[in-house]
Amino acid sequence: MSSKLTTSNRAGWGFAAPGVVLIATFIIVPFFFAFGLSLTNQRLISPNPTEFVGLKNYRDMLSVAVLQLEPELNADGQVAREDDGSPVYPRVRTITRSDDFPQYRGMREWFRVQLGDTAHVVVARDVVFMKALVNTVTFVLVVAPLQGALALGLALLVNQKLRGITVFRAVYFMPVVVSIVVVSLLWRFIYSPDGGLLNNLLSGLTFGAFQPVNWLGNPDTALPAIMGMSIWQAVGFHMVIWLSGLQTISPTLYEAAEIEGASKWQTFRYITWPGLRHTAVLVLIVITMQAFALFAQIDVMTRGGPLDSTQTLVFQAVERGYGKQDISGGATISVVLFLIVLTISLVQRWLTRERA
Amino acid sequence: MSAISPDNQGLRLAVRYAVLVLIAIIFVFPLVFMVMSSLKPDQQLLADTSSLRAFLPVGDVGLNNYTAAFERAPIGLFVFNSVLVTGLTVALCLLVCSMAGFAFVYLNWRGRDVILSVILATLIVPFETIAIPLLLLVSKLPWIGWEGVTIGWLNSYRVQIIPWIADALTIFLFVQYFKGLPRELIEAARAEGATWFQIYWRVVMPLSGPVLATAAILKFLVMYNQYLWPLIVVQQEQYRPVMVGLQYFFQLNIAWGEVMAYLTMITVPVLAFYLALQRAFIASIASTGVKG
Repeated sequence: MSSKLTTSNRAGWGFAAPGVVLIATFIIVPFFFAFGLSLTNQRLISPNPTEFVGLKNYRDMLSVAVLQLEPELNADGQVAREDDGSPVYPRVRTITRSDDFPQYRGMREWFRVQLGDTAHVVVARDVVFMKALVNTVTFVLVVAPLQGALALGLALLVNQKLRGITVFRAVYFMPVVVSIVVVSLLWRFIYSPDGGLLNNLLSGLTFGAFQPVNWLGNPDTALPAIMGMSIWQAVGFHMVIWLSGLQTISPTLYEAAEIEGASKWQTFRYITWPGLRHTAVLVLIVITMQAFALFAQIDVMTRGGPLDSTQTLVFQAVERGYGKQDISGGATISVVLFLIVLTISLVQRWLTRERA
Repeated sequence: MSAISPDNQGLRLAVRYAVLVLIAIIFVFPLVFMVMSSLKPDQQLLADTSSLRAFLPVGDVGLNNYTAAFERAPIGLFVFNSVLVTGLTVALCLLVCSMAGFAFVYLNWRGRDVILSVILATLIVPFETIAIPLLLLVSKLPWIGWEGVTIGWLNSYRVQIIPWIADALTIFLFVQYFKGLPRELIEAARAEGATWFQIYWRVVMPLSGPVLATAAILKFLVMYNQYLWPLIVVQQEQYRPVMVGLQYFFQLNIAWGEVMAYLTMITVPVLAFYLALQRAFIASIASTGVKG
């Protein structure tokens, strides 16, 4: 066997080995570990041996059902109504705790939709996970296009030939080098309900007409507030990636467009944008991956609240895997997260593929 | 359209600069607020947020928050830990990843292409998705130290350093860069009987200034700003880095002035470093975007 090893083979393995071994041990092994652990009831420290539980963790997290509740009827057969006229429904608990419906046991109401007099109640076995899933996806769907577009706008802005433009470029990039933990703390101050900078600014701009908002304390504004801050912090990073894409476009194309008398929009539409195709794919994939990893902002600013309105998948994975030492639960969330990231990056690649 | 008077042009230029300045203000105001607030007593700090005074060093300005912050937390220790972990990881990362890059570009060995594509595939695995299984793994790993063989890496420097040494992005950067170097240099050195290690150390590394700077900057940012990982693997004060040390400032009554002083101390050196080398910083981010 060793006779087959040429010098180059031995040297190649020698040079590559440290890096390959480290990546295998600390990235690839844990990655497959996550799949394995998600099929067990592993805890960080436990007196009991770990057991294989199959897909139980996934069932516990992903089970969702729709209950159709008919309004309760009065003794005379009429629909019973509250004082405000809305129908009275039986409590969801009467079903989820009933022995007649073992399949719904342990589920809790997630949200309900009312169509006519029938209430369609969506129940989930793990409502917090479902909220984390929806919040994370919402975050990505809003932040990825918005941040990508704003970053492109900034890149076009700082790509102008103006004196001192590199200073502006450097300033726009500044938040990127600041830790997201530091940024989150600063913005807690900006979003503060009493005396926060944002409330003061808005009330100043409207001459006092603006009512102060508890940005991070209100379930409707907490996630958007975190989105705004996250975009502020990271947009400079993607501005630079767009910029490097812009600078690969040949100046002769722009000269030709100018000779042809193309408008600014036409130049962008037919020269700049097609030239940025590869950059666009990269920017979208990177933003999407970063957005799915949303954790520090939540940990520092809201810890998932108020009312679980800022729960995210990574925050839940850490809270379970580390906080509650439920390694298998955390691993299951990690696997779900990875599968989503993988699917999305494959879809993005496919949507933006070269059309030969 | 074609005849633009000089006045008109001047106005357009002024508008352009106005837009640029306005956006610049959006990006710097929280940082200016941080530094200014760190100089003010809490009461004034809170009162000043209702006016532009929040961004000016006015009123009762002093360094009291800084001395108070040092009394509250072992800041020197946290900074030492961060510098040690960041410095060692960056140095080891440059060594290990450049060697791997060298092997992937210049050497012919069995399994090379498969291994490179597996490594590059890990680029789409966000660290956050492996953090929990990795936590379990490092809690069971053995270590040989002065006390003999011990089990578990939690609460140590090594747990903050070793898992972060090698990463796919840095290897990728080196591979891209090495592909651009003239191959004749390596062949010439080889013909003169140089060993592979001599070629790596004496020929390739001296030519690799730009990629070493890029990789060092990117790794530095990742390591210095670490939060999730040290949060879950280090519970003892002794090994805590600066970002996790922040927790000391969040007791029942938050002393905002001290928080701002701490934030300023852990952020301003990095910002100064960035501003001094901003071209290199921006070039390093840009180079991650130039895929082959």
